[in-house]
Amino acid sequence: MLSMSLLLPALPEIVLACSCMALLMVGVFRGNNVTRSLSWVAVFSLLLVGFILSSIQTGRMTAFGGQFVVDDFAHFMKWLVIIGASLAIIMSINFNEQEGIARFEYPVLILFAALGMFMMVSANDLISLYIGLELQSLALYVVAAFRRDSLKSSEAGLKYFVLGALSSGMLLYGCSLIYGFSGTTSFEGLATLFKGLGGAEPGVGLVVGLVFLIAGLAFKVSAVPFHMWTPDVYEGAPTPVTAFFAVAPKVAAIALFMRVLMGPFGSLIAEWQQVIVLISIASMVLGALAAIRQDNIKRLLAYSSIGHVGYALIGLAAGTEAGVRGILVYMTIYLAMNVGTFCCVLAMRRTGRMVEGITDLAGLARNQPMLALAMAIFMFSMAGIPPLAGFFGKLYIFLAAVEAGLYTLAIIGVLASVVGAYYYLRIIKIMYFEDPAEIFDRTIPREVKIILVGTALFVTFFIIRPGVVVEGAASAARMLLTG
Amino acid sequence: MLEIGLPHYLSVAAILFSVGIFGIFLNRKNVIIILMSIELILLAVNINLVAFSVHLQDLTGQIFAMLVLTVAAAEAAIGLAIIVVYFRNRGTIAVEDINLMKG
Repeated sequence: MLSMSLLLPALPEIVLACSCMALLMVGVFRGNNVTRSLSWVAVFSLLLVGFILSSIQTGRMTAFGGQFVVDDFAHFMKWLVIIGASLAIIMSINFNEQEGIARFEYPVLILFAALGMFMMVSANDLISLYIGLELQSLALYVVAAFRRDSLKSSEAGLKYFVLGALSSGMLLYGCSLIYGFSGTTSFEGLATLFKGLGGAEPGVGLVVGLVFLIAGLAFKVSAVPFHMWTPDVYEGAPTPVTAFFAVAPKVAAIALFMRVLMGPFGSLIAEWQQVIVLISIASMVLGALAAIRQDNIKRLLAYSSIGHVGYALIGLAAGTEAGVRGILVYMTIYLAMNVGTFCCVLAMRRTGRMVEGITDLAGLARNQPMLALAMAIFMFSMAGIPPLAGFFGKLYIFLAAVEAGLYTLAIIGVLASVVGAYYYLRIIKIMYFEDPAEIFDRTIPREVKIILVGTALFVTFFIIRPGVVVEGAASAARMLLTG
Repeated sequence: MLEIGLPHYLSVAAILFSVGIFGIFLNRKNVIIILMSIELILLAVNINLVAFSVHLQDLTGQIFAMLVLTVAAAEAAIGLAIIVVYFRNRGTIAVEDINLMKG
C-alpha cells in the first residue's frame, strides 16, 4: 500500500513538477504576453520549493523503493540549484524583452531543468541518475538554442545537443556494464558489493564501466578532455542562459559526481583517484592557458569555468570529508562570483546592442565607476586574492588536498591559479588604465542591479561570517560519507 | 551447433557502440548521420542491458532499457527540432559548415 509518507521526501520535486506543468499550460493558453508574470511566478514557485525542502528536512530519507534519497548533502546542493535557477530567470526578464525573445517557454524550461537537477542531486540508483540527467540536459539543449533566429545560438544548441547526447550515451554504456557485472543498479547494493571485495581488484568489466561513467560525468561538468563544447555553447547562447549554464548544471553535475564516486564507488578509490587527478590537472592548466588568448568575455568565462571545475575536482580526488566540504564551499562561492560577473556582462550594452569583446570594457572605471568596481571585485575574487571569497574557496580545497597527501596536485593548482590570475587582472587593467571607449547605455534593469550588489557584498564580506556556509557544507559532507 | 551466449551479445553491443562513436567523429557530411550514430549508441546500450537482464535473471535491466527507449525518443525529437532551427538560419546542415565559433 502506497502511503503518503513514502512520498514525503520527494514532496519538493512533486511540487516543482506540478508547477512546471501548470505554468506550461498557462503559457500555452495565454501566450507570450504573460511572460513577465510567468517568470515571477516561476521564481516564487522555486522559493516555495526551497521552503518545503527546508521544512521537511530530517536526516536521511529515501523514497520510491530506494531510488531517491534526501539528506543534508542533497539539501545543500538543492539550495544552490534553486538560487542559480531563480537568478537566471530574474536576470532574463528584461534582457529577453530587449532582445525580442521574451517567450513564456524560457521560465518553464529553466524550471524543468531545475527539476532534473533536483533528481540528479538526489539520485540513489543508476536509473534515477540517468533520468535526472536527461531531464536536465533535454531542457538545456533547448534553452541553448533559445534565440532561434540567431545562427550563433542555434549552432550552440546543435553542438551542445550532439556532444551532450554522445556523453549521455557513454554514461549509459558505463551504467549497463556496471549493472551487468554487479547485478544491481542501486547505489546501496553497489556499495555493499564493493565493500565485500575487501580491497581486492574488481572485475575488468566493472572498471571499464566506471571509466565510461566518469567520462560521461566529466562531460557534464565540462572537465578536460571533455570540455570542447563549453566555449562555443557559452558564446552562442543568450547571456542569461550562459549565466545559468555556468552555475546550476555545474553544481548539480559536481554533486552527482561526488554522490557516485564517494558513495557506491567509495571503496574503489584506488581505481578512480588517478583518473580524477589527471582530469583535474588538465582542466586547471587548460583553463589557465587557453583563456589568455580569448577576446570575447563569454568565451573567457567559459575557459575560466573549466579551470574552476579543475579546482573543485581536487577536492574529489582527495576523497575525504574535508575534500567534499571544500567542494561545497567552492561551488557556493563560484555561484556567487559567476552570477555577479554575468550581471556585469548583461550591462555591456551600447546603443541598445550587446557587446561582448574584452576591449569594449576599456575605461569603464571612468564612465561607470560602480559597475567597474563590482567587476573588479569579481575578477579579484576569481583570481583567488584575499580577503575576497574566491580565496577561501581555493583555501579549503587546497587544505583538503594537502591533508590527503596530494602535494603535487595542490602545487599544480596553486601554480595554475597564479597563471590564471593574469587574464583576470588583464580585465581590471583594461577597465582602469586604458582610454575610455564609447560609453555603455545606463539602462541596467533594477533586478540586475540588486543581484549585482548582493553578490558583490557576499563575495566581499564572506570573510566576516564564513561559518554560515562552511558549517552547512561540513554537515552535508559528513552526511554524504557516513550515509 | 554454436550456442549464442552472453559474450556474443556483448560483442555485438560493443561493435555497435564503436560504430556509433566513430560515426560521430569521422562523419564530415551530414548532421542527420550524427543523429543516427547517437541512436546506434543507445541501441548498443539496450542490447547490453537486455542481455545482462536475461543472463542475471533480473528484471531491472529490462526496465532500464524501456526507460532508455523512452528518453531516446524524446532526445531524437529535440535533436531534430534543433536541426530544423539551424537549417532555417544557415541553409545547410553539412557538418563542416558548423564552424561559426572557433578557438
